[in-house]
Amino acid sequence: MTKGVKGRNYQLSIIGRYLVLIVIGLIFVFPLLFMVMSSLKPNMQLLRDSGSLRAFLPVGDISFNNYIDAFKRVPIARFMFNSVFVTIITLVFGLFINSLAGFAFAVLRWPGKNIILALLVATLIIPFETIAIPLLLIVNELPWIGAQGFKIGWLDTYHVQIIPFIADAFGIFLFTQFFKDLPKELVEASRIDGASWFQIYTRVFVPISGPVFATAAILKFLGMYNQFLWPLMTSQSESYRPVMVGVQYFFQLNVAWGEIMAYLSMITIPVLVFYLWLQRAFIESIAASGVKG
Amino acid sequence: MSDSRLEARVKTSQSPHLFSHKQKEALTGWFMAAPALILLLTFLIIPFIFAFYFSFTNQRLVSPNPTEFVGLSNFTRLLTVRTFTLEPLLDETTKQAQRDEAGNLVYPSLRDYTRNNPDYPQLNGLREWRSWQSGNKRTYLLASDVVFMKALVNILLFVLIVAPVQAGLALLLALLINQPLRGINIFRTIYFMPVVISMVVIAMLWRFIYDGNNGLLNTLLGYLSFGNFKPVDWLGNAKTAMPAVIIMSIWQAVGFHMVIWLSGLQTIPSVLYEAASTEGANNLQKFRFVTWPGLRNTAIFILIIITMQAFGLYTQIEVMTRGGPLDSTQTLVFQAVQRGFEKQDISGGSAISVLLFLIVLSVSLIQRYLTRERR
Amino acid sequence: MTYKKLLALIATLFIFATASAQTPLSMWYHGAGNEVEKNILNGIITDFNASQSDWKIELQEFPQGAYNEAVVAAALSGSLPDIIDTDGPVMPNWAWSGYMQPLNLAEGSLDNFLPGAIGNWEGQVYSVGLWDAAVAMVTRRSTLEDNGIRIPSLEQPWTADEFNAALETLKATGKYDYPLDLGMAWTGEWYPYAFSPFLQSFGGDLIDRSTFLSAEGALNGPEAVAFGNWWQSLFANDMAPGTSQDGADRDTGFADGKYAISWNGNWAALGALSAFDDVLFLPAPDFGNGPKIGAASWQFGVSASSKNPEGANAFIQFAIQDKYLAAFSNGIGLIPATASAAAMTDNYADGGAMAVFFELSKQQALIRPPTPGYVVMALVFEKALADIANGADVQDTLDAAVDEINADIEKNKGYGFSN
Repeated sequence: MTKGVKGRNYQLSIIGRYLVLIVIGLIFVFPLLFMVMSSLKPNMQLLRDSGSLRAFLPVGDISFNNYIDAFKRVPIARFMFNSVFVTIITLVFGLFINSLAGFAFAVLRWPGKNIILALLVATLIIPFETIAIPLLLIVNELPWIGAQGFKIGWLDTYHVQIIPFIADAFGIFLFTQFFKDLPKELVEASRIDGASWFQIYTRVFVPISGPVFATAAILKFLGMYNQFLWPLMTSQSESYRPVMVGVQYFFQLNVAWGEIMAYLSMITIPVLVFYLWLQRAFIESIAASGVKG
Repeated sequence: MSDSRLEARVKTSQSPHLFSHKQKEALTGWFMAAPALILLLTFLIIPFIFAFYFSFTNQRLVSPNPTEFVGLSNFTRLLTVRTFTLEPLLDETTKQAQRDEAGNLVYPSLRDYTRNNPDYPQLNGLREWRSWQSGNKRTYLLASDVVFMKALVNILLFVLIVAPVQAGLALLLALLINQPLRGINIFRTIYFMPVVISMVVIAMLWRFIYDGNNGLLNTLLGYLSFGNFKPVDWLGNAKTAMPAVIIMSIWQAVGFHMVIWLSGLQTIPSVLYEAASTEGANNLQKFRFVTWPGLRNTAIFILIIITMQAFGLYTQIEVMTRGGPLDSTQTLVFQAVQRGFEKQDISGGSAISVLLFLIVLSVSLIQRYLTRERR
Repeated sequence: MTYKKLLALIATLFIFATASAQTPLSMWYHGAGNEVEKNILNGIITDFNASQSDWKIELQEFPQGAYNEAVVAAALSGSLPDIIDTDGPVMPNWAWSGYMQPLNLAEGSLDNFLPGAIGNWEGQVYSVGLWDAAVAMVTRRSTLEDNGIRIPSLEQPWTADEFNAALETLKATGKYDYPLDLGMAWTGEWYPYAFSPFLQSFGGDLIDRSTFLSAEGALNGPEAVAFGNWWQSLFANDMAPGTSQDGADRDTGFADGKYAISWNGNWAALGALSAFDDVLFLPAPDFGNGPKIGAASWQFGVSASSKNPEGANAFIQFAIQDKYLAAFSNGIGLIPATASAAAMTDNYADGGAMAVFFELSKQQALIRPPTPGYVVMALVFEKALADIANGADVQDTLDAAVDEINADIEKNKGYGFSN
């Protein structure tokens, strides 16, 4: 990898590396290809093609009809806005609160933290379906002060989809483990300089933890964006529903597979855009941490 | 540097204040963790305490009947296991063990003992889970909830296979795409693709792939073997269904852990690699002495997370097999959801969740003990 | 201010007051994503809102696959709408749990309705459907005639032997992947809806309907075991694709010629009719106790927490007019609930392409057990059928199903039934 003589062997090894990358890439890319190609085909043809390599090729009767029909069936723009809005707000608060807790668990010494962390990690296994009903009963009794004044019960709002998911054990654990990997010298040096713990968090840890924040962000984004059961239970009016509830709109007696593929292709775009944007942020932050490290 | 730090430590520990540094640090720790802990307490722990309580009652999702406390009966119903041995039937005249045409010993029907037999109250309602032959006798392992037992065994096997394989593959992929090559971002994105698409969708797509008649996998294997491959009904066969689910699960989630490994790799300061290079280390040595030690906590994290996620196997099962064929893909979470939601038996579903929680808590504590930092 | 102006103001206020005096009634419907259904229903609602000045219906639609969860969540949080729609066999569960109240329609309103479209619980009508659904053996005249198979009629359906022989014959032609398509890909309610009638035709049932307290004997007696053995043989002998059938084959297999006979609902009939010009819709075979098919589809009811039940009833009364029954049938292909409405439709009028379904529904339909425990029974039965299809021991599997159903009934203190 050192910059030196770029001989024949080096070029061969580069080609070899690309070959490996491409072969593995093919294994991962095929569902997306299948999805996108299918979204362009009429239902019957899509199903017939699904058993052969034609599934990956834009052949036969190709059109954007499925997209047009999907727009007619589901208020896509509304659902997309709801999902992105709920996801982003949860994400922003979540990154802050979870990383702060992660910092406390990784860096500070306080009684009880090991037991609490072990318990938190174990809560990751609780299937959401198990707590959905009690959670529903709880949020139904919680007060809220909003535009319409004081109100009991959170149903049919955005915040019922946001607040319960801001803190998550996965995020806390992720930050904890990564902060533990950072060199201890960083903390000790700053303490000597008289920095407070909060300053160490904001000025030392946050700036060099770009990759972790990016990872936590994308994983949280996926989790929130794919929410289904909870928004279904708590948003009774269509105006608060997110995209995954929309998928159900296509499961009529005769499933409109082509439209489903079109819808899925569309709702995947925000996730991809977010991921690509984060990747750039990733690289910049790595460049930055390289200087400091 | 280490000397000055030592001095500093000695100095700080002596400074007089209202709170000692230790107490201050502890308070700050609690304070910083508090927002997250309060939210988790309200929206996760308390609901789970409800579930915990439900598991000792007969709570229904939908019912006009009052809830009653039933003690441990939800748990005993799940966990009761007994062995039972049957002697072969004897021929009336010869007093020899009877044999059928194929020469196998003939036993009385197990059903006669386990259903409404007043002489064997302890066997009532039990079902055969396993059985084996020892000499002339046939021994049965009976369970009161065979589906639960099968689900438990399935999920343990699933975890044992998926956790190491997936973690290893994810690390390989992360190393592969951490190379400074042009266009590597495209590959990073492609490898992450399956994670981006929701599991429900992925599972639906894989049903097409695994189809027994004209599925893509059979078509592909047919090409590769020049038509010699006999199509397999991957999800319809009790022997292949779980392996099919395992492969698909690893394929879907490996990108998730690849990203975590990758962010671990990228937090390793590049100066360490430069130093290793100047000392003449080869790639393997760099991995052994720089990369791997630097990934220690990432590795712990990934191991625990994968274990956890594997125990939570649900969506694929719901979409692809619903536990079948013949319970070969039953899992604990699938059963918990099916009972709690679909069968409206919150108490039964909660009992499974509580058991699962206890299992995972112990696994997680063991993992933490084994990977603890030795000071 | 002139006297005239004041009068005008009062008049305006009065008009305003009467306009807003329409009390809003909320209504939930399971058809989100189905534009045709939505348009028809909105048509009824607009007509109703304009027809009187007391009530104003406000519709909220949910996707079908998630509708029951939404209702349960709303019931738990005390936010049910005034009018809900309910899948027929689920209604007793909701009525028993106190989500619904009995209907209060004008005397004789339902006299001409298909029995499957009326939801009874504890001797009272809780729900009524604008349509019913039916299932038939879908095949082609040429398929049967070319192979010398008798075309059965409502009066003389296939016997079990005849049906099995027909499958053998069709399999022997080698022209099909499978002679029969049961729709095993459609997990969920399709299993009990489409397959429990076979069990009932054999003489078994999901539960002993004389008490509704036990499945012992009904679901694991000799008749049920005979059914189970027959069911298992279909898959063991490759007569029908099993549980791993993919949804695509179910949707297109018959039209593609992969299957000779498809056991399918009338909602799929239009597709079959457009694929071939000699499609037949045949009655279920008679396995000894008469041919049977399932009944009851989606129905309207009033929630128990509705503050305006008279308004909700007024709407339902309004909606069950023949013209709306006919409109739904023309729109989504389902069977109108009355004969007079059927006569107004394209497909179910005498001589219409699907008229046979109306007769099927009238003569053979047997509703799924009307008990709150049905919800659990359905799932237990689904699993038992899947396991038997995959080769599980028939008696053991049925015994286990009986145990689970009985345990559930016991846990629920009989679901309101007692000896």
